[in-house]
Amino acid sequence: MSPIATSLPPRPPASFHLFAYAAPQRFYPLAGRIALASALVAALLAVAGLVIGLGIAPTDAQQGEAYRIIFVHVPAAWMSMVIYLAMAFWAGIGLAFNARLASMFARALAPTGALMAFLALWTGALWGKPTWGTFWVWDARLTSELLLLFLYIGFLSLHSAIDDVRRADRAAAVLALVGVVNVPVIYFSVQWWNTLHQGASVSLSKAPSMATPMITGMLVMVGAFWLYATAVTLLRLRTLILAREGDAAWARRLREAA
Amino acid sequence: MNWSSWSEFAAMGGYGLYVWGAFGMSAFAVALEIAQLRARRRALRAGDGAGART
Amino acid sequence: MNAIALPLPRPAETGALRGLRCVVARDLRLALRRPADTLSVLFFLVIVVSLFPLGIGPEPELLRRMAPGVVWVAALLASMLSLARMFADDLQDGTLESLLLSATPLPLLVLGKALAHWLASGLPLALVSPLLAMQFGLAPDAMGLLAVSLLLGTPVLSLVGAIGAALTVGVRGAGVLLSLLVLPLVVPVLIFGAGAVDAGSAGTSVAAHFSLLAALLVLALAGAPPAAAAALRIAFE
Repeated sequence: MSPIATSLPPRPPASFHLFAYAAPQRFYPLAGRIALASALVAALLAVAGLVIGLGIAPTDAQQGEAYRIIFVHVPAAWMSMVIYLAMAFWAGIGLAFNARLASMFARALAPTGALMAFLALWTGALWGKPTWGTFWVWDARLTSELLLLFLYIGFLSLHSAIDDVRRADRAAAVLALVGVVNVPVIYFSVQWWNTLHQGASVSLSKAPSMATPMITGMLVMVGAFWLYATAVTLLRLRTLILAREGDAAWARRLREAA
Repeated sequence: MNWSSWSEFAAMGGYGLYVWGAFGMSAFAVALEIAQLRARRRALRAGDGAGART
Repeated sequence: MNAIALPLPRPAETGALRGLRCVVARDLRLALRRPADTLSVLFFLVIVVSLFPLGIGPEPELLRRMAPGVVWVAALLASMLSLARMFADDLQDGTLESLLLSATPLPLLVLGKALAHWLASGLPLALVSPLLAMQFGLAPDAMGLLAVSLLLGTPVLSLVGAIGAALTVGVRGAGVLLSLLVLPLVVPVLIFGAGAVDAGSAGTSVAAHFSLLAALLVLALAGAPPAAAAALRIAFE
Protein backbone atom coordinates (compact mmCIF):
# COMPACT_ATOMS: atom_id res chain seq x y z
CA MET A 1 0.00 0.00 0.00
CA SER A 2 1.62 3.28 -1.04
CA PRO A 3 1.79 5.94 1.64
CA ILE A 4 -0.98 8.47 1.25
CA ALA A 5 -0.02 12.13 1.11
CA THR A 6 -2.80 13.70 3.12
CA SER A 7 -3.72 17.30 3.23
CA LEU A 8 -4.00 17.22 6.99
CA PRO A 9 -1.09 18.56 9.04
CA PRO A 10 1.54 15.96 9.94
CA ARG A 11 1.04 14.36 13.31
CA PRO A 12 3.66 14.87 15.97
CA PRO A 13 5.21 11.43 16.24
CA ALA A 14 5.13 10.94 19.99
CA SER A 15 1.55 11.95 20.67
CA PHE A 16 -1.54 9.83 20.34
CA HIS A 17 -4.87 11.49 19.92
CA LEU A 18 -7.73 9.09 19.59
CA PHE A 19 -10.12 11.70 18.24
CA ALA A 20 -7.78 12.40 15.36
CA TYR A 21 -9.09 9.17 13.90
CA ALA A 22 -12.54 10.70 13.64
CA ALA A 23 -11.34 12.15 10.37
CA PRO A 24 -12.24 9.71 7.61
CA GLN A 25 -9.01 10.15 5.73
CA ARG A 26 -6.91 9.47 8.82
CA PHE A 27 -8.89 6.42 9.73
CA TYR A 28 -8.82 5.03 6.20
CA PRO A 29 -5.31 3.49 6.33
CA LEU A 30 -5.75 2.35 9.92
CA ALA A 31 -9.00 0.63 8.99
CA GLY A 32 -7.18 -1.20 6.24
CA ARG A 33 -4.50 -2.46 8.60
CA ILE A 34 -7.01 -3.59 11.22
CA ALA A 35 -9.11 -5.28 8.55
CA LEU A 36 -6.15 -7.21 7.20
CA ALA A 37 -5.05 -8.39 10.64
CA SER A 38 -8.60 -9.35 11.59
CA ALA A 39 -9.14 -11.24 8.37
CA LEU A 40 -5.99 -13.31 8.86
CA VAL A 41 -6.79 -14.22 12.45
CA ALA A 42 -10.40 -14.90 11.49
CA ALA A 43 -9.28 -17.36 8.83
CA LEU A 44 -7.02 -19.16 11.30
CA LEU A 45 -9.73 -19.32 13.93
CA ALA A 46 -12.24 -20.54 11.39
CA VAL A 47 -10.00 -23.41 10.34
CA ALA A 48 -9.32 -24.29 13.97
CA GLY A 49 -12.99 -24.03 14.86
CA LEU A 50 -14.08 -26.23 11.99
CA VAL A 51 -11.47 -28.84 12.82
CA ILE A 52 -12.58 -28.90 16.44
CA GLY A 53 -16.26 -28.74 15.68
CA LEU A 54 -16.42 -31.19 12.83
CA GLY A 55 -13.46 -33.38 13.57
CA ILE A 56 -12.86 -33.57 17.29
CA ALA A 57 -16.10 -32.83 19.10
CA PRO A 58 -17.99 -36.06 19.80
CA THR A 59 -21.40 -37.00 18.49
CA ASP A 60 -24.34 -35.87 20.55
CA ALA A 61 -26.40 -38.59 22.19
CA GLN A 62 -29.82 -37.15 21.32
CA GLN A 63 -29.34 -35.13 18.16
CA GLY A 64 -26.65 -37.12 16.40
CA GLU A 65 -24.50 -35.22 14.00
CA ALA A 66 -27.18 -32.61 13.34
CA TYR A 67 -26.16 -30.65 16.43
CA ARG A 68 -22.97 -29.60 14.66
CA ILE A 69 -25.00 -26.84 13.05
CA ILE A 70 -24.62 -24.88 16.29
CA PHE A 71 -21.04 -24.16 15.26
CA VAL A 72 -22.41 -21.69 12.72
CA HIS A 73 -25.89 -21.02 14.11
CA VAL A 74 -24.85 -19.69 17.51
CA PRO A 75 -22.02 -17.45 16.24
CA ALA A 76 -24.29 -16.00 13.55
CA ALA A 77 -27.07 -15.29 16.06
CA TRP A 78 -24.74 -13.70 18.58
CA MET A 79 -23.06 -11.58 15.91
CA SER A 80 -26.41 -10.39 14.59
CA MET A 81 -27.22 -9.04 18.05
CA VAL A 82 -23.75 -7.65 18.80
CA ILE A 83 -23.66 -5.90 15.44
CA TYR A 84 -27.07 -4.34 16.04
CA LEU A 85 -25.88 -2.93 19.35
CA ALA A 86 -22.69 -1.62 17.74
CA MET A 87 -24.68 -0.15 14.85
CA ALA A 88 -27.05 1.66 17.21
CA PHE A 89 -24.12 2.85 19.33
CA TRP A 90 -22.16 4.32 16.44
CA ALA A 91 -25.28 5.76 14.86
CA GLY A 92 -26.02 7.45 18.18
CA ILE A 93 -22.48 8.84 18.37
CA GLY A 94 -22.81 10.13 14.83
CA LEU A 95 -26.13 11.76 15.67
CA ALA A 96 -25.03 13.29 18.97
CA PHE A 97 -21.62 14.60 17.87
CA ASN A 98 -22.37 15.14 14.18
CA ALA A 99 -19.49 12.76 13.48
CA ARG A 100 -19.87 11.51 9.95
CA LEU A 101 -17.35 8.68 10.27
CA ALA A 102 -19.39 7.19 13.10
CA SER A 103 -22.54 7.34 10.95
CA MET A 104 -20.66 5.77 8.08
CA PHE A 105 -19.55 2.95 10.31
CA ALA A 106 -23.13 2.31 11.39
CA ARG A 107 -24.15 2.16 7.74
CA ALA A 108 -21.24 -0.21 7.07
CA LEU A 109 -22.30 -2.52 9.92
CA ALA A 110 -25.91 -2.92 8.81
CA PRO A 111 -25.54 -5.27 5.81
CA THR A 112 -23.24 -7.64 7.70
CA GLY A 113 -25.62 -7.68 10.65
CA ALA A 114 -28.55 -8.43 8.36
CA LEU A 115 -26.60 -11.24 6.74
CA MET A 116 -25.80 -12.71 10.16
CA ALA A 117 -29.47 -12.56 11.12
CA PHE A 118 -30.40 -14.31 7.89
CA LEU A 119 -27.76 -16.98 8.49
CA ALA A 120 -29.03 -17.50 12.01
CA LEU A 121 -32.53 -18.05 10.63
CA TRP A 122 -31.40 -20.33 7.80
CA THR A 123 -29.16 -22.50 9.97
CA GLY A 124 -31.81 -22.49 12.68
CA ALA A 125 -34.35 -23.83 10.21
CA LEU A 126 -31.96 -26.53 9.06
CA TRP A 127 -31.31 -27.47 12.67
CA GLY A 128 -35.01 -27.52 13.42
CA LYS A 129 -35.95 -29.91 10.63
CA PRO A 130 -34.08 -33.02 11.81
CA THR A 131 -34.52 -32.17 15.49
CA TRP A 132 -38.12 -31.00 15.71
CA GLY A 133 -39.54 -32.10 12.39
CA THR A 134 -40.31 -28.77 10.74
CA PHE A 135 -38.20 -26.15 9.02
CA TRP A 136 -39.78 -23.27 10.82
CA VAL A 137 -40.55 -23.37 14.50
CA TRP A 138 -42.08 -20.38 16.23
CA ASP A 139 -39.41 -20.62 18.86
CA ALA A 140 -39.03 -17.40 20.86
CA ARG A 141 -35.42 -16.90 19.80
CA LEU A 142 -35.97 -17.61 16.11
CA THR A 143 -38.99 -15.32 16.02
CA SER A 144 -37.05 -12.53 17.71
CA GLU A 145 -34.25 -13.14 15.21
CA LEU A 146 -36.76 -12.70 12.39
CA LEU A 147 -37.93 -9.39 13.85
CA LEU A 148 -34.28 -8.32 14.22
CA LEU A 149 -33.83 -9.01 10.51
CA PHE A 150 -36.83 -6.77 9.85
CA LEU A 151 -35.25 -4.03 11.95
CA TYR A 152 -32.03 -4.27 9.91
CA ILE A 153 -33.99 -4.14 6.66
CA GLY A 154 -35.89 -1.12 7.95
CA PHE A 155 -32.63 0.66 8.75
CA LEU A 156 -31.20 -0.01 5.29
CA SER A 157 -34.48 0.87 3.53
CA LEU A 158 -34.83 4.17 5.34
CA HIS A 159 -31.22 5.04 4.62
CA SER A 160 -31.53 4.35 0.92
CA ALA A 161 -34.89 6.12 0.59
CA ILE A 162 -33.56 9.50 1.68
CA ASP A 163 -31.53 11.30 -0.96
CA ASP A 164 -29.45 13.55 1.24
CA VAL A 165 -26.83 11.29 2.78
CA ARG A 166 -26.39 13.20 6.03
CA ARG A 167 -30.13 13.41 6.62
CA ALA A 168 -30.31 9.69 5.85
CA ASP A 169 -27.59 9.03 8.43
CA ARG A 170 -29.42 10.96 11.12
CA ALA A 171 -32.88 9.59 10.40
CA ALA A 172 -31.56 6.02 10.34
CA ALA A 173 -29.77 6.76 13.63
CA VAL A 174 -33.06 7.70 15.28
CA LEU A 175 -34.58 4.50 13.94
CA ALA A 176 -31.66 2.40 15.19
CA LEU A 177 -31.90 3.94 18.67
CA VAL A 178 -35.66 3.39 18.85
CA GLY A 179 -35.01 -0.16 17.69
CA VAL A 180 -32.37 -0.88 20.29
CA VAL A 181 -34.77 0.19 23.04
CA ASN A 182 -37.42 -1.98 21.48
CA VAL A 183 -35.34 -5.15 21.09
CA PRO A 184 -35.58 -6.22 24.75
CA VAL A 185 -39.30 -5.45 24.73
CA ILE A 186 -39.76 -7.49 21.56
CA TYR A 187 -37.70 -10.38 22.93
CA PHE A 188 -39.62 -10.48 26.20
CA SER A 189 -43.00 -10.28 24.53
CA VAL A 190 -42.13 -13.00 22.01
CA GLN A 191 -40.90 -15.25 24.81
CA TRP A 192 -44.16 -14.69 26.67
CA TRP A 193 -46.13 -15.43 23.49
CA ASN A 194 -44.16 -18.57 22.85
CA THR A 195 -44.62 -20.09 26.29
CA LEU A 196 -48.31 -19.32 26.30
CA HIS A 197 -49.10 -20.79 22.93
CA GLN A 198 -46.98 -23.86 22.81
CA GLY A 199 -48.04 -27.01 24.55
CA ALA A 200 -44.67 -28.72 24.51
CA SER A 201 -42.19 -25.95 25.08
CA VAL A 202 -40.06 -26.09 22.00
CA SER A 203 -36.79 -24.36 22.35
CA LEU A 204 -34.10 -24.47 19.74
CA SER A 205 -31.81 -22.68 22.12
CA LYS A 206 -31.40 -25.78 24.20
CA ALA A 207 -28.04 -26.82 22.93
CA PRO A 208 -27.04 -30.31 23.99
CA SER A 209 -25.36 -30.44 27.37
CA MET A 210 -22.04 -29.46 26.10
CA ALA A 211 -18.87 -31.43 26.30
CA THR A 212 -15.68 -29.38 26.43
CA PRO A 213 -14.67 -29.78 22.80
CA MET A 214 -18.12 -28.58 21.79
CA ILE A 215 -17.86 -25.44 23.89
CA THR A 216 -14.32 -24.80 22.73
CA GLY A 217 -15.28 -25.23 19.10
CA MET A 218 -18.25 -22.92 19.49
CA LEU A 219 -16.22 -20.20 21.18
CA VAL A 220 -13.50 -20.43 18.55
CA MET A 221 -16.15 -20.08 15.83
CA VAL A 222 -17.64 -17.07 17.64
CA GLY A 223 -14.19 -15.49 17.61
CA ALA A 224 -13.82 -16.29 13.94
CA PHE A 225 -17.20 -14.73 13.10
CA TRP A 226 -16.46 -11.67 15.20
CA LEU A 227 -13.14 -10.99 13.52
CA TYR A 228 -14.59 -11.73 10.11
CA ALA A 229 -17.35 -9.19 10.78
CA THR A 230 -14.73 -6.67 11.93
CA ALA A 231 -12.74 -7.15 8.75
CA VAL A 232 -15.70 -6.99 6.39
CA THR A 233 -17.31 -3.96 8.01
CA LEU A 234 -14.03 -2.05 8.06
CA LEU A 235 -13.49 -2.82 4.38
CA ARG A 236 -17.03 -1.70 3.64
CA LEU A 237 -16.33 1.44 5.66
CA ARG A 238 -13.31 2.12 3.47
CA THR A 239 -15.49 1.81 0.39
CA LEU A 240 -18.05 4.18 1.92
CA ILE A 241 -15.35 6.69 2.80
CA LEU A 242 -14.07 6.65 -0.76
CA ALA A 243 -17.58 6.99 -2.13
CA ARG A 244 -18.58 9.90 0.07
CA GLU A 245 -15.32 11.78 0.26
CA GLY A 246 -14.81 11.09 -3.40
CA ASP A 247 -14.28 14.69 -4.37
CA ALA A 248 -11.43 15.24 -1.97
CA ALA A 249 -7.94 15.31 -3.37
CA TRP A 250 -6.64 12.51 -1.23
CA ALA A 251 -9.41 10.17 -2.36
CA ARG A 252 -8.83 10.92 -6.00
CA ARG A 253 -5.14 10.26 -5.59
CA LEU A 254 -5.92 6.93 -3.99
CA ARG A 255 -8.17 5.93 -6.81
CA GLU A 256 -5.63 6.82 -9.43
CA ALA A 257 -2.85 5.06 -7.59
CA ALA A 258 -4.82 1.84 -7.28
CA MET B 1 -10.72 -37.71 14.76
CA ASN B 2 -14.34 -38.75 14.65
CA TRP B 3 -14.42 -39.96 11.10
CA SER B 4 -12.83 -43.00 9.59
CA SER B 5 -13.42 -41.99 6.00
CA TRP B 6 -14.31 -38.98 3.87
CA SER B 7 -17.62 -40.48 2.87
CA GLU B 8 -18.59 -40.79 6.53
CA PHE B 9 -17.62 -37.17 7.00
CA ALA B 10 -19.79 -36.12 4.09
CA ALA B 11 -22.75 -38.19 5.27
CA MET B 12 -22.70 -36.76 8.80
CA GLY B 13 -24.58 -39.71 10.24
CA GLY B 14 -27.46 -39.24 7.83
CA TYR B 15 -27.84 -35.54 8.53
CA GLY B 16 -25.47 -34.52 5.77
CA LEU B 17 -28.05 -32.46 3.92
CA TYR B 18 -28.81 -30.28 6.94
CA VAL B 19 -25.29 -29.88 8.27
CA TRP B 20 -23.76 -29.13 4.89
CA GLY B 21 -26.74 -27.01 3.95
CA ALA B 22 -25.99 -24.87 6.98
CA PHE B 23 -22.22 -24.70 6.56
CA GLY B 24 -22.57 -24.29 2.82
CA MET B 25 -24.90 -21.33 3.10
CA SER B 26 -22.52 -19.72 5.61
CA ALA B 27 -19.60 -20.12 3.24
CA PHE B 28 -21.73 -18.82 0.38
CA ALA B 29 -22.77 -15.78 2.43
CA VAL B 30 -19.15 -14.97 3.24
CA ALA B 31 -18.14 -15.33 -0.39
CA LEU B 32 -21.07 -13.18 -1.48
CA GLU B 33 -20.16 -10.38 0.93
CA ILE B 34 -16.55 -10.36 -0.18
CA ALA B 35 -17.53 -10.43 -3.85
CA GLN B 36 -19.99 -7.58 -3.35
CA LEU B 37 -17.33 -5.51 -1.60
CA ARG B 38 -14.89 -6.18 -4.43
CA ALA B 39 -17.45 -5.19 -7.05
CA ARG B 40 -18.26 -1.98 -5.17
CA ARG B 41 -14.60 -1.15 -4.97
CA ARG B 42 -14.08 -1.77 -8.66
CA ALA B 43 -17.09 0.38 -9.58
CA LEU B 44 -15.75 3.23 -7.48
CA ARG B 45 -12.28 3.03 -8.99
CA ALA B 46 -13.56 2.83 -12.52
CA GLY B 47 -16.52 5.16 -12.51
CA ASP B 48 -15.17 8.04 -10.45
CA GLY B 49 -18.61 8.99 -9.21
CA ALA B 50 -20.44 6.11 -10.79
CA GLY B 51 -20.51 3.99 -7.67
CA ALA B 52 -20.69 6.93 -5.34
CA ARG B 53 -23.62 7.32 -2.95
CA THR B 54 -23.35 6.24 0.64
CA MET C 1 -57.83 24.09 1.34
CA ASN C 2 -56.67 23.66 4.85
CA ALA C 3 -56.91 27.28 5.91
CA ILE C 4 -58.51 27.03 9.31
CA ALA C 5 -58.37 29.79 11.85
CA LEU C 6 -56.68 28.52 14.97
CA PRO C 7 -58.97 28.56 17.98
CA LEU C 8 -58.61 31.59 20.23
CA PRO C 9 -56.72 30.95 23.47
CA ARG C 10 -58.73 30.81 26.64
CA PRO C 11 -57.68 33.30 29.33
CA ALA C 12 -55.80 31.32 31.96
CA GLU C 13 -54.20 28.75 29.70
CA THR C 14 -50.48 28.22 29.78
CA GLY C 15 -48.58 28.48 26.54
CA ALA C 16 -47.64 24.86 26.19
CA LEU C 17 -51.11 23.50 26.68
CA ARG C 18 -52.52 26.10 24.38
CA GLY C 19 -50.27 24.90 21.60
CA LEU C 20 -51.31 21.32 22.28
CA ARG C 21 -54.99 22.19 22.26
CA CYS C 22 -54.68 24.15 19.04
CA VAL C 23 -52.98 21.29 17.25
CA VAL C 24 -55.52 18.73 18.41
CA ALA C 25 -58.46 20.96 17.60
CA ARG C 26 -57.13 21.77 14.14
CA ASP C 27 -56.47 18.17 13.22
CA LEU C 28 -59.85 17.04 14.49
CA ARG C 29 -61.58 19.77 12.58
CA LEU C 30 -59.72 18.72 9.43
CA ALA C 31 -60.66 15.10 10.03
CA LEU C 32 -64.31 16.03 10.48
CA ARG C 33 -64.27 17.97 7.26
CA ARG C 34 -62.88 14.97 5.45
CA PRO C 35 -64.85 12.05 6.81
CA ALA C 36 -63.67 9.99 3.87
CA ASP C 37 -60.29 9.56 5.53
CA THR C 38 -61.70 7.95 8.66
CA LEU C 39 -64.33 5.99 6.79
CA SER C 40 -61.85 4.54 4.32
CA VAL C 41 -59.72 3.30 7.22
CA LEU C 42 -62.77 1.64 8.72
CA PHE C 43 -63.80 0.07 5.44
CA PHE C 44 -60.31 -1.24 4.95
CA LEU C 45 -60.58 -2.90 8.34
CA VAL C 46 -63.90 -4.46 7.42
CA ILE C 47 -62.63 -5.76 4.11
CA VAL C 48 -59.44 -7.25 5.50
CA VAL C 49 -61.28 -8.94 8.34
CA SER C 50 -63.75 -10.40 5.87
CA LEU C 51 -60.99 -11.76 3.67
CA PHE C 52 -59.69 -14.15 6.29
CA PRO C 53 -62.70 -16.48 6.44
CA LEU C 54 -62.77 -16.44 2.67
CA GLY C 55 -59.20 -17.57 2.59
CA ILE C 56 -59.32 -20.05 5.44
CA GLY C 57 -62.77 -21.56 5.37
CA PRO C 58 -65.96 -21.03 7.32
CA GLU C 59 -65.40 -23.59 10.07
CA PRO C 60 -66.79 -21.82 13.16
CA GLU C 61 -64.43 -23.15 15.81
CA LEU C 62 -61.34 -22.23 13.82
CA LEU C 63 -62.68 -18.76 13.14
CA ARG C 64 -63.56 -18.17 16.77
CA ARG C 65 -60.01 -19.03 17.80
CA MET C 66 -58.50 -16.85 15.12
CA ALA C 67 -60.73 -13.85 15.68
CA PRO C 68 -58.60 -11.83 18.13
CA GLY C 69 -55.44 -12.22 16.05
CA VAL C 70 -57.19 -11.46 12.78
CA VAL C 71 -58.94 -8.35 14.05
CA TRP C 72 -55.78 -7.11 15.72
CA VAL C 73 -53.64 -7.57 12.60
CA ALA C 74 -56.29 -5.88 10.48
CA ALA C 75 -56.39 -2.98 12.95
CA LEU C 76 -52.60 -2.67 12.73
CA LEU C 77 -52.67 -2.56 8.94
CA ALA C 78 -55.55 -0.09 8.86
CA SER C 79 -53.70 2.25 11.25
CA MET C 80 -50.62 2.10 9.02
CA LEU C 81 -52.69 3.46 6.15
CA SER C 82 -53.64 6.65 7.91
CA LEU C 83 -50.23 7.26 9.49
CA ALA C 84 -48.57 8.52 6.33
CA ARG C 85 -50.94 11.45 6.30
CA MET C 86 -49.97 12.58 9.78
CA PHE C 87 -47.26 14.95 8.68
CA ALA C 88 -47.46 14.79 4.90
CA ASP C 89 -50.36 17.21 4.53
CA ASP C 90 -48.76 19.63 6.95
CA LEU C 91 -45.52 19.47 5.04
CA GLN C 92 -47.30 20.50 1.88
CA ASP C 93 -49.14 23.50 3.23
CA GLY C 94 -46.33 24.81 5.39
CA THR C 95 -47.89 24.05 8.73
CA LEU C 96 -45.06 21.70 9.64
CA GLU C 97 -42.50 24.48 9.49
CA SER C 98 -44.72 26.62 11.68
CA LEU C 99 -44.92 23.79 14.18
CA LEU C 100 -41.15 23.55 14.23
CA LEU C 101 -40.81 27.27 14.85
CA SER C 102 -43.50 27.38 17.48
CA ALA C 103 -42.81 28.31 21.09
CA THR C 104 -44.57 25.17 22.27
CA PRO C 105 -42.13 22.30 22.77
CA LEU C 106 -42.12 20.12 19.69
CA PRO C 107 -42.64 16.83 21.59
CA LEU C 108 -45.86 18.29 23.00
CA LEU C 109 -47.04 19.21 19.52
CA VAL C 110 -46.22 15.71 18.29
CA LEU C 111 -48.21 14.34 21.20
CA GLY C 112 -51.11 16.47 20.02
CA LYS C 113 -50.81 15.16 16.47
CA ALA C 114 -50.71 11.58 17.72
CA LEU C 115 -53.72 12.17 19.96
CA ALA C 116 -55.70 13.63 17.08
CA HIS C 117 -54.67 10.73 14.87
CA TRP C 118 -55.84 8.27 17.48
CA LEU C 119 -59.16 10.05 17.94
CA ALA C 120 -59.75 10.02 14.20
CA SER C 121 -58.64 6.50 13.38
CA GLY C 122 -57.60 4.35 16.34
CA LEU C 123 -60.64 5.06 18.48
CA PRO C 124 -63.16 4.32 15.70
CA LEU C 125 -61.27 1.10 14.96
CA ALA C 126 -61.45 0.04 18.57
CA LEU C 127 -65.17 0.76 18.73
CA VAL C 128 -66.05 -0.99 15.48
CA SER C 129 -63.94 -4.09 15.96
CA PRO C 130 -66.21 -5.92 18.40
CA LEU C 131 -68.96 -5.80 15.79
CA LEU C 132 -66.57 -7.40 13.33
CA ALA C 133 -65.70 -10.00 15.89
CA MET C 134 -69.37 -11.05 15.75
CA GLN C 135 -68.68 -12.32 12.25
CA PHE C 136 -66.27 -14.75 13.84
CA GLY C 137 -68.67 -15.86 16.49
CA LEU C 138 -66.68 -14.44 19.35
CA ALA C 139 -68.39 -14.57 22.73
CA PRO C 140 -69.75 -11.26 24.11
CA ASP C 141 -67.28 -10.89 26.97
CA ALA C 142 -64.43 -11.71 24.60
CA MET C 143 -65.75 -8.96 22.35
CA GLY C 144 -65.54 -6.57 25.28
CA LEU C 145 -61.98 -7.65 26.00
CA LEU C 146 -61.10 -7.13 22.34
CA ALA C 147 -62.47 -3.59 22.43
CA VAL C 148 -60.58 -2.74 25.63
CA SER C 149 -57.33 -4.23 24.33
CA LEU C 150 -57.67 -2.18 21.16
CA LEU C 151 -58.48 0.94 23.16
CA LEU C 152 -55.21 0.46 25.06
CA GLY C 153 -53.18 -0.63 22.07
CA THR C 154 -54.18 1.76 19.28
CA PRO C 155 -52.76 4.84 21.06
CA VAL C 156 -49.39 3.06 21.10
CA LEU C 157 -49.77 2.54 17.35
CA SER C 158 -50.42 6.23 16.85
CA LEU C 159 -47.45 7.20 19.02
CA VAL C 160 -44.91 4.79 17.55
CA GLY C 161 -46.38 5.49 14.13
CA ALA C 162 -45.69 9.18 14.68
CA ILE C 163 -41.99 8.32 14.90
CA GLY C 164 -42.19 6.48 11.61
CA ALA C 165 -44.21 9.24 9.98
CA ALA C 166 -41.69 11.84 11.15
CA LEU C 167 -38.76 9.80 9.84
CA THR C 168 -40.31 9.36 6.40
CA VAL C 169 -41.90 12.77 5.91
CA GLY C 170 -41.35 13.93 2.37
CA VAL C 171 -39.50 10.75 1.41
CA ARG C 172 -40.18 8.81 -1.78
CA GLY C 173 -42.39 5.81 -1.20
CA ALA C 174 -43.12 6.90 2.34
CA GLY C 175 -46.31 4.86 2.75
CA VAL C 176 -44.86 1.38 2.39
CA LEU C 177 -41.58 2.33 4.05
CA LEU C 178 -43.52 3.62 7.03
CA SER C 179 -45.26 0.29 7.49
CA LEU C 180 -41.96 -1.54 7.09
CA LEU C 181 -40.43 0.53 9.86
CA VAL C 182 -43.31 0.64 12.31
CA LEU C 183 -44.76 -2.89 12.16
CA PRO C 184 -41.76 -4.70 13.73
CA LEU C 185 -41.72 -2.12 16.51
CA VAL C 186 -45.38 -2.67 17.45
CA VAL C 187 -45.22 -6.48 17.57
CA PRO C 188 -45.30 -6.48 21.40
CA VAL C 189 -48.59 -4.55 21.33
CA LEU C 190 -50.05 -7.14 18.98
CA ILE C 191 -48.84 -10.00 21.15
CA PHE C 192 -50.25 -8.65 24.39
CA GLY C 193 -53.42 -7.29 22.85
CA ALA C 194 -54.47 -10.43 21.03
CA GLY C 195 -53.12 -12.51 23.89
CA ALA C 196 -55.40 -10.73 26.34
CA VAL C 197 -58.47 -11.76 24.40
CA ASP C 198 -57.24 -15.32 24.08
CA ALA C 199 -56.56 -15.51 27.78
CA GLY C 200 -60.00 -14.12 28.55
CA SER C 201 -61.66 -16.65 26.26
CA ALA C 202 -59.72 -19.45 27.90
CA GLY C 203 -60.80 -18.24 31.30
CA THR C 204 -57.36 -17.32 32.62
CA SER C 205 -56.49 -13.95 34.08
CA VAL C 206 -56.05 -11.02 31.74
CA ALA C 207 -54.55 -8.71 34.35
CA ALA C 208 -50.98 -9.36 33.23
CA HIS C 209 -51.74 -8.68 29.58
CA PHE C 210 -53.52 -5.44 30.31
CA SER C 211 -50.83 -4.30 32.73
CA LEU C 212 -48.23 -4.89 30.04
CA LEU C 213 -50.33 -3.06 27.45
CA ALA C 214 -50.66 -0.16 29.86
CA ALA C 215 -46.90 -0.24 30.49
CA LEU C 216 -46.26 -0.10 26.74
CA LEU C 217 -48.63 2.85 26.51
CA VAL C 218 -46.77 4.71 29.24
CA LEU C 219 -43.44 3.91 27.59
CA ALA C 220 -44.75 5.18 24.26
CA LEU C 221 -46.18 8.34 25.82
CA ALA C 222 -42.82 9.11 27.39
CA GLY C 223 -40.50 8.08 24.58
CA ALA C 224 -42.27 8.51 21.26
CA PRO C 225 -42.91 12.28 21.21
CA PRO C 226 -39.25 13.22 21.80
CA ALA C 227 -38.06 10.67 19.24
CA ALA C 228 -40.56 11.89 16.66
CA ALA C 229 -39.65 15.51 17.41
CA ALA C 230 -35.96 14.69 16.84
CA ALA C 231 -36.89 12.99 13.58
CA LEU C 232 -38.88 16.04 12.45
CA ARG C 233 -35.96 18.34 13.15
CA ILE C 234 -33.69 16.03 11.19
CA ALA C 235 -36.08 16.18 8.26
CA PHE C 236 -35.87 19.94 8.25
CA GLU C 237 -32.21 20.66 8.60
